[in-house]
Amino acid sequence: MRFMMIVKGTTDSEAGTPPSPELLEAMQKYNEELVKAGVLLAADGLQPTSAGIRISYPEPGGKPKVVDGPFAEAKEIIAGYTLIEVKSREEAIEWALRMPDPHGFGQGEIELRQVFEPHDLTSEPEALAGQAALRKQLDERRRP
Amino acid sequence: MRFMLLVKATGCSEAGVPRSPEHRFAKEASLASMAEAGVLLAAERLQPSSGGIRMAFSPEGEPELECGPFPADSWLLAEYLVIESESMEEAIGWARRIPAPGGCERMEVELRRLEDKAHGPRNIGLENDLALQLGMLRQD
Amino acid sequence: MNRPSARRTVDAIWRIEAPKLIAALTRMVRDVGLAEDLAQDAMVVALERWPETGIPDNPGAWLMTVAKRRAIDWIRRNRQRDDKYAELARVSELISEDDMDKALDGEVGDDLLRLVFMTCHPALSREARVALTLRLLCGLTTEEIARSFLTSEPTVAQRIVRAKKTLNAERSSFEMPSGEELAERLSAVLEVVYLMFNEGYAATSGEHWVRPLLCQEALRLGRILAELAPREPEVHGLVALMEIQASRLRTRVGDQGEPVLLLDQDRAQWDRLLIRRGLAALERCRKLGRPLGPYALQAAIAACHAEAPASEETNWIRIAALYEALSRQAPSPIVELNRAVAVAMAFGPAYGLQIVDEIAGLSALENYHLLPSVRGELLRKLGRYGEARLEFERAAAMTRNVREQELLCARAAECDARSSD
Repeated sequence: MRFMMIVKGTTDSEAGTPPSPELLEAMQKYNEELVKAGVLLAADGLQPTSAGIRISYPEPGGKPKVVDGPFAEAKEIIAGYTLIEVKSREEAIEWALRMPDPHGFGQGEIELRQVFEPHDLTSEPEALAGQAALRKQLDERRRP
Repeated sequence: MRFMLLVKATGCSEAGVPRSPEHRFAKEASLASMAEAGVLLAAERLQPSSGGIRMAFSPEGEPELECGPFPADSWLLAEYLVIESESMEEAIGWARRIPAPGGCERMEVELRRLEDKAHGPRNIGLENDLALQLGMLRQD
Repeated sequence: MNRPSARRTVDAIWRIEAPKLIAALTRMVRDVGLAEDLAQDAMVVALERWPETGIPDNPGAWLMTVAKRRAIDWIRRNRQRDDKYAELARVSELISEDDMDKALDGEVGDDLLRLVFMTCHPALSREARVALTLRLLCGLTTEEIARSFLTSEPTVAQRIVRAKKTLNAERSSFEMPSGEELAERLSAVLEVVYLMFNEGYAATSGEHWVRPLLCQEALRLGRILAELAPREPEVHGLVALMEIQASRLRTRVGDQGEPVLLLDQDRAQWDRLLIRRGLAALERCRKLGRPLGPYALQAAIAACHAEAPASEETNWIRIAALYEALSRQAPSPIVELNRAVAVAMAFGPAYGLQIVDEIAGLSALENYHLLPSVRGELLRKLGRYGEARLEFERAAAMTRNVREQELLCARAAECDARSSD
């Protein structure tokens, strides 16, 4: 099963402020753990939205609208992702909970999502139920 | 290596003569020790041949059927075991420990080595590559 | 936390932490069966405590601490039994638990590698190696292992018990092999991993759902090995091969809702992420500057196909050369058949046919329908329609796949029409 851990943007990531040496080291160590466990598929950081573009489709069938970044709401922005291959939802949750706090000043947020695999696309209700179950399990983990 | 132990039928086994409690106990114990050693793969008794059927297949036509009971010669089986062991000698060692029923005619066990399941590790990758490449050969 | 979810979470944690635990404990007690028991004991304690206290921030360290304490207790209690335990007990009294922690933490990678070599020890049969590796390194249950190999659970359980006993009898089994023995052992390890991958990859009808799991486990184990033994080119070669082959696998949903493997010949559907990973692994292999071994060669061939944007752009000359090298290093009839196709595509059907004719009589290929399929195609390209038709008919009779049969019969009919022109 494939899961994506999405790291949300923060004011720092949007400002292009480089992460602290401690955070950098923690992230590197974490990625190494994923590699050593054979579960990492891919991981990337995204550049700030000041270098990005948003394309929207206001008119159905009409021309797309292009807007240059930066974009206002930092917490709705994606700063990076990590893709892992694991045996169960619980394992994905376990790895996500081991990720170092991406910001350290209260803005850090990670979203965990299961990736559609080819056969999933034919059974959408199943996938949606899966998402709900995942959310429920994450909530339960946070309460001891 | 896997071996099959073929325990032959006797007049007593065919007549359904019950085994003594001592023999049953000893037999269970020997099977248990084989199982504990991880050697025993299978062990089953066959019902007497009065309930059995023989089928003779020839190249043409339907097979001929014959109902039991069949003569209790050395062709007729009463029981079989399958064991895993490192060598024929070791297999013989295990076979020796099977207790004979006593009283009745003597117990005869045939030991045969089973064919190895795999002809060495299969390389599915090569086979699938061939299917892929043959597909390309077919396009012209 | 309600009970069922706690169980599955602990299972996930077990899967992540167990190999490291077992490896470290094996170093302490020199008995892989005991090590597994001690690790499982620690998990039982976790299952009792964590629902109340919550899961600790570092569950791995928590488990390691509990397991090590039990190991030390066990060693002290059993010192009379054996010389080796007496020695260990003496050592454990001299070194404080902190020091032992520090010493053991530094050796986690080393321990894991030793454990891998242990589970693939030459004293064990091939089936035993696979079962023990799946159990101790992949954390699969006996049931999962049995279903993967279509055998019974008691058979697998007994196989594992015997394997542990055999390893205990082999005093030196925890020692790291060196020199030539190391190369042999590594080769055995890679064979076990690829065997797992093969079992999972066999896409025949009626496959049980656990088989895709086997492919995943093999890939994961390969990737772990690549980190444990980064200077061994064939390890990267095997990983590259598995990543690229896995890129062609898709799953569809079977009747019971279980995933079933399908081999995808449509390159637009190949997983580009896995292909990229495979190419990266192949690059790591090449960078070590040694001649390519059998796994790396197969990976390089798979890479040629993966890199060609369309089948017309395939570099057949390179593929033919790679098969030539493979046929020298790991000769087999299937390699020759593949080589014949590559040579035919690169240099013309006559040369391919020469190679096929050399292996045509081999008993290993007696019931293999792809042999007459290939021969038929080559004869057809050479205009020898009468002979081609016979080969296609022979192939059609050998295969049980309905679509293949239809294709081959159509080919035979077409040859029939052409030869009477």
